[in-house]
Amino acid sequence: MSAVRDKFGRPIVVVTGMGVVTSLGAGKEDNWRKLTAGESGIRTVTRFPVEGLKSTMAGTVDFVSVDPVTSTGLTERLAEMATQEALAQAAIGAKADFPGPLFLAVAPVEVEWPQRLELGRAIGKTEFDYGDMLRVSGGGRFAAYHHRFMFGSVASHLADVFGTKGSPISLSTACASGATAIQLGVEAIRRGDADAALCVGTDGSVNPEALVRFSLLSALSTQNDPPQAASKPFSKNRDGFVMAEGAGAMVLESYESAMARGAKILGVVAGCGELTDSFHRTRSSPDGKPIIGCMRKTLADAGLEPEQIDHINAHGTATPENDKMEYNTTAVVFGEHLPKIPVSSNKSMVGHTISAAGAVEAVFSLLTLEHQRIPPTINYEIPDPAILFDVVGNTARDAKVTAVMSNSFGFGGQNASLILTREPV
Amino acid sequence: MTESTSPAAKEVWITGIGIVSSLGEGLDAHWDALNEKKINFDDKRFAPYIVHPLAPVSFDAQIPKKGDQRQMEAWQRIGTYAAGLALDSAGVKGNKEILGRMDMIVAAGGGERDLAVDEAIMNADAKGNSSPAFLNERLMNDLRPTLFLAQLSNLLAGNIAIVHGVCGTSRTFMGEEAASIDAARIALARIESGQSEIALVGAAHNGERSDLLVLYEFGDFNLKVTYAPVWQREGRSGFALGSAGCFLVLESREHAEARGAKPYAKLTKVVADLAKRKEPGAVTRSLEAMWSKLGVAGETGQLITGATGAEPVTSEEKAFLRKHAGYAVRATGTMFGHTLETQFPLGLALAALSLSRGALFPPNDPTGTEVEKTDAPDKIVVVGAGHWQGEGMALVEAVK
Repeated sequence: MSAVRDKFGRPIVVVTGMGVVTSLGAGKEDNWRKLTAGESGIRTVTRFPVEGLKSTMAGTVDFVSVDPVTSTGLTERLAEMATQEALAQAAIGAKADFPGPLFLAVAPVEVEWPQRLELGRAIGKTEFDYGDMLRVSGGGRFAAYHHRFMFGSVASHLADVFGTKGSPISLSTACASGATAIQLGVEAIRRGDADAALCVGTDGSVNPEALVRFSLLSALSTQNDPPQAASKPFSKNRDGFVMAEGAGAMVLESYESAMARGAKILGVVAGCGELTDSFHRTRSSPDGKPIIGCMRKTLADAGLEPEQIDHINAHGTATPENDKMEYNTTAVVFGEHLPKIPVSSNKSMVGHTISAAGAVEAVFSLLTLEHQRIPPTINYEIPDPAILFDVVGNTARDAKVTAVMSNSFGFGGQNASLILTREPV
Repeated sequence: MTESTSPAAKEVWITGIGIVSSLGEGLDAHWDALNEKKINFDDKRFAPYIVHPLAPVSFDAQIPKKGDQRQMEAWQRIGTYAAGLALDSAGVKGNKEILGRMDMIVAAGGGERDLAVDEAIMNADAKGNSSPAFLNERLMNDLRPTLFLAQLSNLLAGNIAIVHGVCGTSRTFMGEEAASIDAARIALARIESGQSEIALVGAAHNGERSDLLVLYEFGDFNLKVTYAPVWQREGRSGFALGSAGCFLVLESREHAEARGAKPYAKLTKVVADLAKRKEPGAVTRSLEAMWSKLGVAGETGQLITGATGAEPVTSEEKAFLRKHAGYAVRATGTMFGHTLETQFPLGLALAALSLSRGALFPPNDPTGTEVEKTDAPDKIVVVGAGHWQGEGMALVEAVK
């Protein structure tokens, strides 16, 4: 029997179930086929009018609908779909009886415009203020909106449906949230608090105000036509990210308990790391030290040397600043070894699934390990001469992959990295 | 139920406390206000709704750059301010070596909306003259570009990193009252197990917000017309939103002793639950089950609760409290209002403060639920049951 603890004496954490939903489709099979075929899930938004918006495309999940239409409702449904797939694969616990805690990366929740306008119309006047809104809000007429727009609502629904144990944790580390959810699960298992954890990242928040907010921060691509070509990580003519929806779910288990129940091991979360950047609310420290430190902490946590990483699933948002900063910092960490590491950004095809991205990309990283095939970075026609990554451009590449680093960086100085391997290291 | 201790758990001390609220700022001001049974509420500004407004605070003292203050909305300023007080209190303010590896877990909701923009759009819509593109155009033209950063949940932590340099790790938990129970639980578990040595944990809430009142009014949770203490709201249940920020510095005993830091108290245990509240009595049973996990010995003691005054949860909590009638109870909601994510850290802070001052603050309750207790406490139980979901309990003990 192989060792169930890592070189630091901690329980090894393995993945025994995965699920994913993106604009490319529902499920690992559909996503993997399209991802490796270089297909884009980005399209012109049809869910609401786009007149007056600077960015009119997104990676919306249009094949899932919820009633009433809310971003939080869609966020919840996407998480449920991804979790169902992950649990079916893991075959752990019983129906509605998952034997561990839930860590959920979820977009911040708030009252949304359709509901706000509904409330305004209920006042019956044409000149009113928040005080008037308050007077019609109570009495039970809008009672369902209280629950719907509580921050904890998505997690409590999932906890109820899947029977996770204890108090479910909803978290946000902005665009690094999905990675943080996995990190919290890894930590719980390493502490011995749990033998299994359900880690989910989900985001269904493509709505007018969300697009406007990122647009006002000049974060989004405005290359609307054709929408499939908008997301251009590592290209000279990249101009921002493309908002997207999706969910990724992972069942984590201690290697010991997974083996004891004869579960199929899909991969190992060998290391996690995070380091906060205190430079600016949206920009990285110009010296890149926090990102460099984040990657190094992750390598140290996994007990690996840079030479042992043979693929990087990049954050790769396609914003001018992110991609340049990601290259500069990665070059410092990996040095002479960097040219030997193929790098790719899933966001070229599925867009930026924000709160879900870290989890979605961790699933794709494990599929990369399983298939020994790296999905491409599409729209890579004009390489940025300042970014000397070995970008897996436009077509998928077969490669020997044993250890993947997946990076996530977010507003608020959030940096998180994961190292995923096929076998325990 | 989720526990947070392992057999070889390290002792965890509370070495820093920062509080700003409707009662003032800092530990002395709060201790005095509690002993004077002071309550600061406003029943005019949002009438008929009642709020506990933030006491006047000079934000410059903890957020020296006006540019930083401008980048934040009130909830972030309150939280960043309270975090600074906590770091000062722990004696680590400006200590780059420690702050650079300090872990942070913030429990957060979201920031305020631009009410004028909302009202203008809704009024136009009600008049029927909103074209399909109207919403997009107004939002694009009228929203302040940086407002989003003042609304994002994780940007309270972001601002604390920028202003105070807390930049080891940064995690933001969301989910109303339960978020801060879990923040304390996870921070404690990480330090006990050696995954972390020192952590900043807390939350902030701005209760003076019409948009939040609307959200809670959907569920008829707001206290209206006449203020009453938490235990005296039978027949007209609800909570009065309160503004407050509260942060704690938690660290392993070894780490604190190595740097010569003095403890206010030790945090022995934090447990959390998600009771199935559709079943009557579920909260009472959940609290009872958590009580047995705390390992509290003895029939008498002290207990600080964040009871909201909302129903049915407050009645279910009362049923639990009646079974532990030897415990002197204090409800923070009476004095501070309901501060959502901040209520549980506030309970922990007041427990640690009481232990360090050798007395529980006096009751502030005409119903008799709270009784005088003058003997020096050696441990205080902290209880939190969210207004709609999420329960938690902690044990804070004196360091001998």
